[in-house]
Amino acid sequence: MRAFEYVVADSPAAARALARESGDARFYAGGTTLVDLMKSDVERPGRVIDISRLPLTAIELRGDVLRIGALARNSDVAYDPAVARRFPAVSEALLSGASGQIRNAATIGGNLLQRTRCTYFRETRWRCNKREPGSGCDALDGFNRGHAILGTSDSCIATYPGDLAVALCALSANVIVEGDAGERTVALDELYVLPGDRPERENTLAAGELITGIELRAEPLYEHSHYLKIRDRASYEFALASVACAIELEGGRIARARLALGGVATVPWRAREAEDLLAGSPPGDAAYRRAADAALAGARTRAHNGYKVELAKRAIVRALRTACGGAA
Amino acid sequence: MSATAERPATRGFVGLPIDRVDGHAKVTGAARYAADAPIAAPLHATIVQATIACGRIIAIDERATRAVEGVVDVLTYHNATRIPALPFDFTAPSSEELAPLQSDEIKYDGQHVAAVIAETFEAARAGAALLRVEYESRAPELSPGGARTVEQPEQWFGSDAQPRRGDPERAFEAAGVRIDQTYTTPIENHNPLEPSATVAEWRDGELIVHDSTQWVRGTRAVLAKSFGLDEEKVRVIAPYLGGGFGCKGFFWPHPLIAAMAAKLTNRPVKLVLTREQMFTSCGYRSETRQRLRLGATRDGRLQAILHDVLGTSSRVGTFVETAGGVTAMLFDVPNIAVTHSIARLDVPTPTAMRAPGEAPGSFALGCALDELASACGIDPLDVLRRNHAAVDPSSGLPFSSKHLLACYERGAEAFGWSTRPQAPRAMRDGGELVGWGVATATYPALRSPAQARVVLGADGSVDVASATHDLGTGMYTILAQIAADELGVDPRAIRVRIGDSSFPIAPVAGGSMSSASVGPAVQDAARRAYREAIAIATSAGGSPLHGLGEDEIEACDGGLRSKREPSRAIAYGEIVRLGGSGAIEALGSAAPGDEGERLSFHSFGAQFVEVRYDEELARLRVSRALGVFDCGRILNAKTARSQMIGGIVWGIGMALMEETVRDPRAGAVVTNNFADYHVPVNADIAAIDVLFVEEPDLAFNPLGVRGIGEIGITGVAAAIANAVYHATGVRLRDLPIVPEKLLAAQAAV
Repeated sequence: MRAFEYVVADSPAAARALARESGDARFYAGGTTLVDLMKSDVERPGRVIDISRLPLTAIELRGDVLRIGALARNSDVAYDPAVARRFPAVSEALLSGASGQIRNAATIGGNLLQRTRCTYFRETRWRCNKREPGSGCDALDGFNRGHAILGTSDSCIATYPGDLAVALCALSANVIVEGDAGERTVALDELYVLPGDRPERENTLAAGELITGIELRAEPLYEHSHYLKIRDRASYEFALASVACAIELEGGRIARARLALGGVATVPWRAREAEDLLAGSPPGDAAYRRAADAALAGARTRAHNGYKVELAKRAIVRALRTACGGAA
Repeated sequence: MSATAERPATRGFVGLPIDRVDGHAKVTGAARYAADAPIAAPLHATIVQATIACGRIIAIDERATRAVEGVVDVLTYHNATRIPALPFDFTAPSSEELAPLQSDEIKYDGQHVAAVIAETFEAARAGAALLRVEYESRAPELSPGGARTVEQPEQWFGSDAQPRRGDPERAFEAAGVRIDQTYTTPIENHNPLEPSATVAEWRDGELIVHDSTQWVRGTRAVLAKSFGLDEEKVRVIAPYLGGGFGCKGFFWPHPLIAAMAAKLTNRPVKLVLTREQMFTSCGYRSETRQRLRLGATRDGRLQAILHDVLGTSSRVGTFVETAGGVTAMLFDVPNIAVTHSIARLDVPTPTAMRAPGEAPGSFALGCALDELASACGIDPLDVLRRNHAAVDPSSGLPFSSKHLLACYERGAEAFGWSTRPQAPRAMRDGGELVGWGVATATYPALRSPAQARVVLGADGSVDVASATHDLGTGMYTILAQIAADELGVDPRAIRVRIGDSSFPIAPVAGGSMSSASVGPAVQDAARRAYREAIAIATSAGGSPLHGLGEDEIEACDGGLRSKREPSRAIAYGEIVRLGGSGAIEALGSAAPGDEGERLSFHSFGAQFVEVRYDEELARLRVSRALGVFDCGRILNAKTARSQMIGGIVWGIGMALMEETVRDPRAGAVVTNNFADYHVPVNADIAAIDVLFVEEPDLAFNPLGVRGIGEIGITGVAAAIANAVYHATGVRLRDLPIVPEKLLAAQAAV
């Protein structure tokens, strides 16, 4: 690890000011991604701004709107009764991520910005357009079993690794961001940016902006939301494919559906065409499979990740069936 | 000559499920592992490794590294100590034939090219990240298929590597039922929790090394040879290991770098391999490609086995993964041909990893037997029974103590095997397919000469010392139990000291032989000390036992007493004081004799596994495992059970997830961390049970113990693959069995 300056912020405004004056600063909250990457020399901040003591930990349901502070711990959110009842997919997604120890340290805001697990990104010996813009991508023809099949480009096929954001994406969450011009709200799936030819840019946050919380609007639909994760072992493992979904039935037909994918795309992947196909259909495997085919229609595979197409489709069918069982 | 078995080992403490005597020290942090060595203010060395697999170093730019505050020096081939060649032999077991940092040549990705030496760990790491090494690279050879150099070793570790008997080709062709399949296993890494670490210090021309090693005397020998020292001038200390599994057995280059750095700076130097470096710097299990041809009668009796094994090795050392090593011994087959080949590649050197040979070999052979059972329409356990070998067919010698049939019987009963439907896909639970599989476990019983010292002190203390090792498995505890039984002392009151090359000789903690080698030596030493105590107690004037005969005395509660009048008793401390020499010190020894010329010594077992498979999601889990083992006398029921459970967990990892992947172009390991190299977590491990068919093997050694370190993993992967077939109807012959392989196999049906 390289030497860096460590400072503690006592307010969000102070944290942003400290970031602005540095130029190469990183906010530090749970540290579960940042510190790992600093140890492996991937992240080289000149200044680390500790925001972990800012008063942004509340989890509050006001009317139909749930607001979660950016510094709420993953485990606290997962076990919050309002979250578990009104947004079960969020709770399930959080509990399927990492380990108990890491969930106790990780924060919601930091989790949204979790960096990819691509080996070629995480070790500096390799060429990586995300880490060193323009250097090339060793993952394209390397060992890419875990890599993305949706939202990829010729510059980058790194998978977005998180679980929480996939559930939030399906449930149309908003992210609250504080910047120089005050607070702004951005839809979660507009927070992330496809790699295109600039994979180093992962989100739409401006320099010095700080995520202060997320907002979820409770809808009856979400009470039957579900998160399904398929992985190489039963716990403590990133998704090979994951699905967040919600379904509402009306008169024996699907009235509305929400669907997002994880583990297969470069960003949390909202599958809107699949949602549109589901709306109005009678529930059942035929409709689910049609939706799954639509969700994966744009998949582009590499040498080792072709299996993800079929695996993701099956996960979608299973997740919808499970959610529908709950909604029936 | 050892004190003979005139007083058979008592059953007092040996065998009991006693808690580890070192457990408290370990959980409180009092136990000092190599990197915790109490050396004041050591320098820290961080190794920089090659990022090409084949070529040479053109230039090393140290300027940015040396500019880091706290960096003291940089060790490269320019300033490293010149060390002679280190060809492997068992007296100086170096895995690599050349010492590190001797030239600009690069033979594998991950080869050590420099060490940054600094006042702090942080400065060493920062300096290492800034070292610029420029290479001239050639395209590496990375795949065994089509390798330019393929060798067929005649012998490996003293055994025939190409055994044959009968006319296997003809018997195979003539057989009524033939199986001809190829099984593959990937590279796997040991991944002990404790990374390899060395603290080296030169003191008045002597080299003192705290090293995480399974072989203090082997490490001492290589260090002495390297620096041109008498072995007495080198001391290697390894009181505790946080696991080894074989990657700390033979000698690897990093302790030499620590010792060179200490010499260069004239300061003690601490060097700990990073987790990433553990994947290239201390061996791994070679991948194997095994073609198995079985010829059998229609009722499943084997007529021929042809087993062709292709593994890999490096350009800098040799290790043969003898996956066919047990094939000629395990079943009663008249015609056998086993071949072992190794492809030389631009990769690091593989090494022994828990059950080297047996682990991948038992996978292929265990699966092939199951395929034979299917082909014959016979229950797989019946096929195993029908081919049971009553005598060792590879040597014609009777087994010393073989109870494999009892393992099958007890396992079948405990597992409920008789209710197993023969057809695949016949068992379901909820939405999941359920399958049961079985396979045979086996590991040779090995033994080496060993010594131990027992010292009774005037303060009543009892000390046991031997240059053996504790990998975390219970050596401290069993040695205390053995001495306790001989002396009539509570094992928790005995101080066991091990892991020091200056202690009485003991072999490598490998080949599952430590208990059978060192245990009898401790028993012998304790008996000698006991008899010495009796001699003093019966002859010294002030002793309450004065004048009694040896056979009128027994051990009890930390001393001796009269059998007839138990109130006439004396503590060992008092006996020592009466003796007047300050201590009773006895050196014991034990060694194999010529019994190997008359008998074949092996351990056996049966592995039973249940899997559950969610076909829609390709989600496979092991829901139940049972191992039944015939390993001679069990010295500690608790640590032995833990050892076997650990072996089965390893087998589950091997079957379902473990795989070291190299980048297909560069040859660098891309799964060099615990996020990408998957080992089972708690949630993957359901019910595991272990049973022992406990028959002491007294022809093997006076304790009747055979080793248990490695047999636990053998057969597990085969039992799992066989259970997967039983659940799904598809054969998976390529490990690990991951979702994409299950999906592909389903699609192919």
